[in-house]
Parts: sequence; C-alpha cells; structure tokens
Amino acid sequence: MTLTTEPPSTPTPTSSDVFVAPGQPGSIVQVKARYENFIGGKWVPPVGGQYMANVSPVNGQAFCEVARSTAQDVELALDAAHAAKDAWGDSSLTERAAVLNAIADAIEANLEMLAVAETWENGKPVRETLAADLPLAVDHFRYFAGATRSLEGRSTEIDKDTIAYHFHEPLGVVGQIIPFNFPLLMAAWKIAPALAAGNCTVVKPASPTPWSILKLAEVIEDVVPPGVINIVTGPGAEIGKALATSPRIAKIGFTGETTTGRLIMQYAAENLIPSTVELGGKSPNIFFADVMDEDDEFLDKAIEGLVLYAFNKGEVCTCPSRALIHESIYDRFMERCLARIEKIRQGNPLDPATMIGPQVSSQQLEKIASYVDIGAQEGAECLIGGERSHLGGDLEGGYYFEPTVLRGHNEMRVFQEEIFGPVLAVTTFTDEADAVRIANDTLYGLGAGIWTRNGNLAYRMGRAIKAGRVWTNCYHLYPAGAAFGGYKISGVGRENHQMMLEHYSQTKNLLVSYSTKPLGFF
Amino acid sequence: MVPVEPTPGVVATEAALAAIEVLTHDRGPMMFFQSGGCCDGSLPICLGDGELIVGEHDVLVGHVGGCPFYIDHRQYEAWKHTQLILDVGEGEPEGFSLSAGEGRHFITRSRVFDDDELRAREPRASPEAVAHKPKLSRRS
Repeated sequence: MTLTTEPPSTPTPTSSDVFVAPGQPGSIVQVKARYENFIGGKWVPPVGGQYMANVSPVNGQAFCEVARSTAQDVELALDAAHAAKDAWGDSSLTERAAVLNAIADAIEANLEMLAVAETWENGKPVRETLAADLPLAVDHFRYFAGATRSLEGRSTEIDKDTIAYHFHEPLGVVGQIIPFNFPLLMAAWKIAPALAAGNCTVVKPASPTPWSILKLAEVIEDVVPPGVINIVTGPGAEIGKALATSPRIAKIGFTGETTTGRLIMQYAAENLIPSTVELGGKSPNIFFADVMDEDDEFLDKAIEGLVLYAFNKGEVCTCPSRALIHESIYDRFMERCLARIEKIRQGNPLDPATMIGPQVSSQQLEKIASYVDIGAQEGAECLIGGERSHLGGDLEGGYYFEPTVLRGHNEMRVFQEEIFGPVLAVTTFTDEADAVRIANDTLYGLGAGIWTRNGNLAYRMGRAIKAGRVWTNCYHLYPAGAAFGGYKISGVGRENHQMMLEHYSQTKNLLVSYSTKPLGFF
Repeated sequence: MVPVEPTPGVVATEAALAAIEVLTHDRGPMMFFQSGGCCDGSLPICLGDGELIVGEHDVLVGHVGGCPFYIDHRQYEAWKHTQLILDVGEGEPEGFSLSAGEGRHFITRSRVFDDDELRAREPRASPEAVAHKPKLSRRS
C-alpha cells in the first residue's frame, strides 16, 4: 500500500537506523507481559481467565500474551457498546468529527511507535508502515470526519403539500472482523465509517495479529468515549462466531476468506441484518507492448508496478499476483523485472532498508510452499525464488519466503488461487481481446492493473475488466475517497468511500403532509 | 472390460485422520469446506457438520474420516485436475475453522492427477483435455 504522494525518500541506512525490537531496552515500543480486552474504555480480563501467546513472525518468538476470550467476553463488549450507543448516536456531527480527528491526531503523534509495533506484529517492513499503513490510517479517520459533515439528507417535494424527508440514522452496534494483513489500516477502514455514522463497534482482530490494535487502543483510549470502540481478542471459531451470530449487532463487516464470508452472510441472514464481506482476489496486472516504447521514467514505473506483487510480502487482497505481458515484449520486459526482483532486500523488517519481511505466520509460509509445489507439478517454470529463505541468526525462526516468479498459463492453480505470498504467476497475451479474456478468467474481481501509454486502450481495458478497482498506470494506491470492493466472489459491498456512511446507516423517511384536507375515504 | 475405480478427489493423511477422530469424538460430526480468496483462503475450513449451509451448486468432493468435504462449484472447475490431500500443519487456524488439535490447523495439499486418473474420473472428458501432460520444470 503506497501513498498518493511520493513517500519520503529513505536515506541509506546504517545499522543504527534499525529500530529496536518492541519490549527490548531502548525500544520506542513498550510491551506488557499480558494484554486484556478493551471494553467500555477499560482493560478487562477475559471472563475465562485464559490467555494465548502472541508470536512475532520476525523471529517466530512469543513476545506477549493476549486474552483468549470466549463468547462471554463478546457479551461484555456488546453490553458496553449498547450502553454507549444512544449518547454516541445522538452526538452532534461536530462532536463526532472532533473525536475522529482526535483519534487521527493521537495516531499521528505516536506514528513511529505504532509503525514499529505493526511491523513487529505482522512482519511488514517498517518502511511500509511508516510511509503507508499508519499515514493512511490517520488520513482515513480525517476523511470520515469530513465525510460525515458533508453528507446531506435529501428531501423530495412529492406534491405541493407533501414532503419526503430522508435522514441518516445510526444502525446502533456493529460487529467488525479485521484481517491480519493490515491489522491497523484495515481496522481504520472499518472503524472510521462506523463511528462517523454514529455507531458503536465491537472489533475482533485477526488471531495472528491481535496486539498492535491494542497498542492503538492505548493511544486513543483517552479521546474515545467509553464503549464506542471495544476490542476482544481470541479464536475466530469461538469469538468471531459469537460476534457474527449475535442478535445484538445491527451489521457485520468482515474481511477474509470465502468460506467464512459465506458463514458471515449466513449468520447475518439468520438475524436479518446486513453484512459487508471483502473476500480477496487474484488480480491481473496487464502490461501492453507500448510500455517499452521508451526507456524512460514511465517504463521504470511499470517495472516497479510488476514488482509490487512483493509489497507487504504478497499478503494483500489485491496483490497483483497475475502478470499478463504482451508476447512481443515478454523477454525484454521480464529481464528488466527479474533484475529488479533480484535486488529485493529481504531481512529484518525493523531495518528501514528492508523491502520484504516475513510472512505473518508459519501457516502462511506452509501454504505458500504448497502452492509453489502445485505450480511445479502443473508444469510452471520457476524463474526466480521458490524456496523458504533462511536468514540465520535471530531471524532463522521467522517465516521468510523468497520473492518468486512462476511462468505458466492461466488454467494452472497458481493463476487461479490467491496464494497470499510473494509469488507472481506470469503469462503472455496476444492482443487486447486476449488480455481481457485472461484477465476475466478468474473467480475473483477485486483489483486489476493496466499499464499502457495509450489512454484510449487504458480506458477500454478498465471498463472491460470485471473488478471493483482497476489501477491505471499505477498500483497499490489506497487513498481514502476511492471506493474499494469486489466483483464476483471477491465480496459484497464497498469500503474506503463516503458511500460507506450509507452502509452504516439506516434511512429514515418522514413523509409529511402539510395539507389539512382529509383523504375522503372514510 | 473391468471398470476403472476413480481415484478419490480428496484423501487425508494419517495426521489429519487422527485429528478428525479426536474432533468428532469431542464435538460430534464434522464437515470440511475448501475455502478460497483472502488471508487463509486456500485452507480447508473445519466446522461442525451442518454449520455451513451447503448450497445447491456446491460440490461434494468426497469424504475424509467419515466427514464430507465440499468445495464451491466454480472453484471445483479450477481445481478438479488435482487431488486434494487433507493434512495438518503447525499453528492455530486463522479464520473460523476449528483447530486440528492444540496449536495445529488443517491444510490442503494437492497432487496433479495423471492422465489415467483423469480419464477414470471424467470418462467423457475430451481426448484433448487429457492429452495435456503437465511436466515438472524448474530453472535452477
């Protein structure tokens, strides 16, 4: 995820620039031995008294404990949210926007600390958390502070004496389940619009990444009214289910895989409440021949555009994990791309020079390896990488995988399934129609990328691809204000845009007659 | 002519079977649904039998340890040339799936069917469809 503006240039680092691991002497991040749930503005121990170890993927070592909550803890969080919802729902837009801006300010004031915490939690390079994850989270709260104040209800003059007024009213208490790939930014994507629309929320962070959002809660606990944001940690099968099935929520938001997405929608159907599900993709990144017409800055940008599959170690729903390259430039273009991929610096993500860190968990590492194996069985050619990285020393226990490129065809499973790792599947196309056919030959439709110097072609391709977001001559930009969501089985609903306020609101219609005349029926 | 017994679409390792036995003993009948997409998308989701409503178009790939194993029909089309091998890996599951024992999760590994197996599984498949023989290839 990158910014809309150029990220600050990183000076050539020296060893002293490497951030000290959280909890170690000299670190800017304090780590407690144990973290409780954040409920009603307080730190509340889990009812069952159980905790679970939280592991950093950087070295595979547990570094703190978080609550292993049960359904009873979800109920406590719902109690707190319900106790807070009337006052929060009745608060003025001025007050609500002020709280959202105060959250943004608090995150910004602690940006470096939270960036390092996020890196330690998830494994993503600190150059990304400093320049993208945290600044985008800050901006997201500010965007929705503004969006909620600019959102207007509508009125319609049905006839001279009859007026339909439409008001936005909060839903009440919502449940939100956050993925592990952007623990803080995805939380911001969900929490900001829910709060802006006047709702209180119960948040369940992903099981591998429960801690950084608790550090966020420490930062904002003094500026958010008690009960407006509640965070409960624990296993999805237990507390995720308890939250999603609860008749006490008015909406459920979820990002994750398709089967749990179906479960979420099924549970929502049982309670007759709305759901938003974002379920991933297998995004094509399409390079037309004219990108190589000149050896210039644009070509350099396009090459980086292909290499962005390794961004956040490929753990992105919109990872451009299928590169479609015009056959006439394939050899020359891939030669340049592979040379760039060879230069990807893998290592300790707390080092600002590191470009790729560890996968979030051993499960993810194992899954990625299993996909490279399937690719080999299917006849894919491994152009680079393909193995677990062994970095030695303190990092040997971490979950590192080499940036990998597999060449094959679109029917292979490595072209059809989201691997969620730094694995690119690359193939060629013959012409525009072939590019559209291959791009759309997938179950998913979340993201896509188009690279060409021809604006007409870019527009036609952008409209022809069945995906919710088509990046044109760019990739991995996530500015607030650009709607994000899926076609096909990539999900239902949109995020990241003012329209979310509608998704987190009821529409109240007052149909008012200013006439004094009876209807005359009775 | 002796009919060819089709190779099963899904099998389980001994570790997976042992985990299923413990789960079914402790919690009753189980079901598996092969997931897709984001995060832990390629993992099999283990649920109490009946927890997920099986749709009209879902495909029952087979049974493992007495439990049904389903997949979305669109995903099946993309996956049907491979045998699914249910196994167990280290680490807690990350989604709504039940764990395969303390600190362990179910994982789907895969094996590409050979031509004979594909023919036996899909007797009406066109000769072109089965003529494509995948080959192992890896640039060192």
